Amino acid sequence: MKIVKIIAIVLLVAFVGIQFIPTTRNQSDTVPETDFMLVNNVPENIQNKLQVSCYDCHSNNTQYPWYNKIQPVAWFLEDHIKEGKAELNFNEWDSLSNRRKKSKLRSIIKQIESDEMPLYSYTLIHKDASFSEAEKQELIRWIEQLKDSI
Amino acid sequence: MSIATMLLLAVSFTNAQEKEKMKMDHSKMDHSKMMNMNSDTKAEAILNDYFNLKDALVADDTKKAAQEGSKLAASLKAFDASKYTAEEQKELADIIEDATEHAEHIAKSDMGHQREHFKTLSKDMSDLIAITGTKSTLYEQFCPMYDGGSSWLSSSDQVRNPYYGSKMLKCGKVQKTIQ
Repeated sequence: MKIVKIIAIVLLVAFVGIQFIPTTRNQSDTVPETDFMLVNNVPENIQNKLQVSCYDCHSNNTQYPWYNKIQPVAWFLEDHIKEGKAELNFNEWDSLSNRRKKSKLRSIIKQIESDEMPLYSYTLIHKDASFSEAEKQELIRWIEQLKDSI
Repeated sequence: MSIATMLLLAVSFTNAQEKEKMKMDHSKMDHSKMMNMNSDTKAEAILNDYFNLKDALVADDTKKAAQEGSKLAASLKAFDASKYTAEEQKELADIIEDATEHAEHIAKSDMGHQREHFKTLSKDMSDLIAITGTKSTLYEQFCPMYDGGSSWLSSSDQVRNPYYGSKMLKCGKVQKTIQ
C-alpha cells in the first residue's frame, strides 16, 4: 500500500511540475490578407465548417478549450498544430502559387474523403468538428469547384 | 491522473541532405545555344529517381517507393536553376517546391497515398521537363480509370500502370511521345 502512495505522490508532483513548463500558444488577433476566407468567395456554411473543423490546427489562431492549457495535453496539441500549419496554413493561402493551391486542395479533398481529417483525436473532444456524410460531400464538392476554377 | 498518461512522443524525421555544389566552367560556352542542346544533368537525375519511384509503384512495393521518394526529394532539392531565365527560374522553383512536397509525402505514406501523390508529382515532372528538356525519349501514358483519368511518364512505350500495379498492370495507353 505504501509503495502505491509513494508512486501517486511522485506522479502528482511531476504533474504539477510540468504545468510550469511554458508552451507556445498559437494565437493571433489579426487575420492576414492572404487568408483563405478573404481571397475566396466562401459560402457561410462552408466557412463555418472550415473554421470549426480545420482552423484550430491549420491557421495562426487556435481556440483553446481550458483542458488544452493543461500539460501534457498542451504539448500534444502544440505538436499537432506545428505539424498542421507546416502542411497547410489557411491564413497564408494566397501566398501560394496556383500550382501549390491546386496541390493543397487535392490533398484536402483526399484527406476529407478518406476520413483522415479532421483527426480522430480532435473530433473525439470536438464533437462539432466531425463531418456528417452529407457535410463531407458538400464540402468536397465545393472544394472541387474551387480547384477547377484555379 | 489519467491525463498524465497521455504523454506522446513525437518523432521527427531528419532528412539527410546532400548539398553538393558543383561549379562548372561555362565561360567558354555559348549559353543560348548550348542550353537546349545539352540536357541538364540535375534534371536527368530527378527524372531517373522519378522512374525508379514509378517502377516501385508498378511493382506494388510500398517500402521501395518510400525509399525512392526520399531519393527524389533529395535530387529535387539539389536542382540548380541558375542557368535559366528569370521567368523560368520562378516557374522551376514553384514546380520543385510542389514536387518535393509530394516526394516527401510518398516517403512516409502507404501505397494508396503514394499513388495519390504520384499523380500530382507526374504533372510536376512533365512541366519540369517542358522547361529543362531531356536527352531521352519519354512517353506520357494515361490511365482513364484512376481518379478520373491520370497520366504519368515512362521511358518505355510499354504500358506498366503505376496507379494499379499488378491489379491492372497493362491498363492505359501512350498519350504523347516527348522527344
